[in-house]
Amino acid sequence: MMDEELRSELSRQGVVTTTLEELYNWGRKNSIWPLQFGLACCAIEMIATSMARFDIARFGAEVFRPSPRQADLMIVAGTVTKKMAPQIVRLYNQMPEPKYVIAMGACAISGGPFKEGYNVLKGIDRYIPVDVHIPGCPPRPEALLQALMTLQEKIDRQHLTGEGRARHLDADAPGEWPIPEFGKHDLEPPSNPALWQPPPMTRAE
Amino acid sequence: MNVGSYFFLALFAVAGVVFALTPLALAWLWARAFSPRKSGPSKNANYECGLDSQATGWVQFQSEYYLYGIVFLIFDVETVFLLPFAAAFKGLSAGACAAMLVFILLLVEGLVWLCVKGVVAQRRLV
Repeated sequence: MMDEELRSELSRQGVVTTTLEELYNWGRKNSIWPLQFGLACCAIEMIATSMARFDIARFGAEVFRPSPRQADLMIVAGTVTKKMAPQIVRLYNQMPEPKYVIAMGACAISGGPFKEGYNVLKGIDRYIPVDVHIPGCPPRPEALLQALMTLQEKIDRQHLTGEGRARHLDADAPGEWPIPEFGKHDLEPPSNPALWQPPPMTRAE
Repeated sequence: MNVGSYFFLALFAVAGVVFALTPLALAWLWARAFSPRKSGPSKNANYECGLDSQATGWVQFQSEYYLYGIVFLIFDVETVFLLPFAAAFKGLSAGACAAMLVFILLLVEGLVWLCVKGVVAQRRLV
């Protein structure tokens, strides 16, 4: 392993050095293919992001795939109703590793204005692991680009081996998440306890 | 026959195969060394629209379905030829007009045959 000082000195002299891990992550983070999948009004902002003005192609993420088999990133863009949640988890399961999730907008991260309703899931992170949350109702395209850049930074920090490696490189990490089913009053289970561990609510003194 | 000139062709073929297989082999080695397989029931499912498939694709169609195909073919061919016939109607000679009418008559004959067989009557076919 080369130390940072020698490395910056070499790069000043015009010699680029890299590691296999950096090269691998550089390739991965600059070719994220999102799933072409919109749920509500946030999807309109997602579409605007992919058009010429905001131009998500600058980040190599313009290839929206209509099939989960070819996608790396699921942008949960909009309100997740309880009827839709099992389908989202199944689509997520069908995506190949490595896969990432951006929860876009107030509805996708918490239920938003429908949080007290009976039919809207109070955040998709109850069932699938979310990498980046974007608040907003709906978030502007710049916010989605910011989330994509945050995701790129996250991918860049992942390792090939050992602690902190990406999930697809870990044989023990799960590949599929349990799909909820309709119960009598709510989805069964109401959340995935392995993923969703909210801090206990305490009343202020 | 000069064997030497074919040698380069063989070399080229071998180089082409190696060029095509090397990335696949590298990807396979990478997967073996670093990323383990993660398959499961929903990842291996055929249908990929988020919904569970309701039944298998191996259902039987009644053989009467071929009549639908014939009806479609008759109307399809008729439409394709009727439009240019109507567009060029004023400029057509009497012979061409008669030929076209014979052609339509042949197709109408098919429809009459279907009507006599009772296919056009309302009933469940498929």
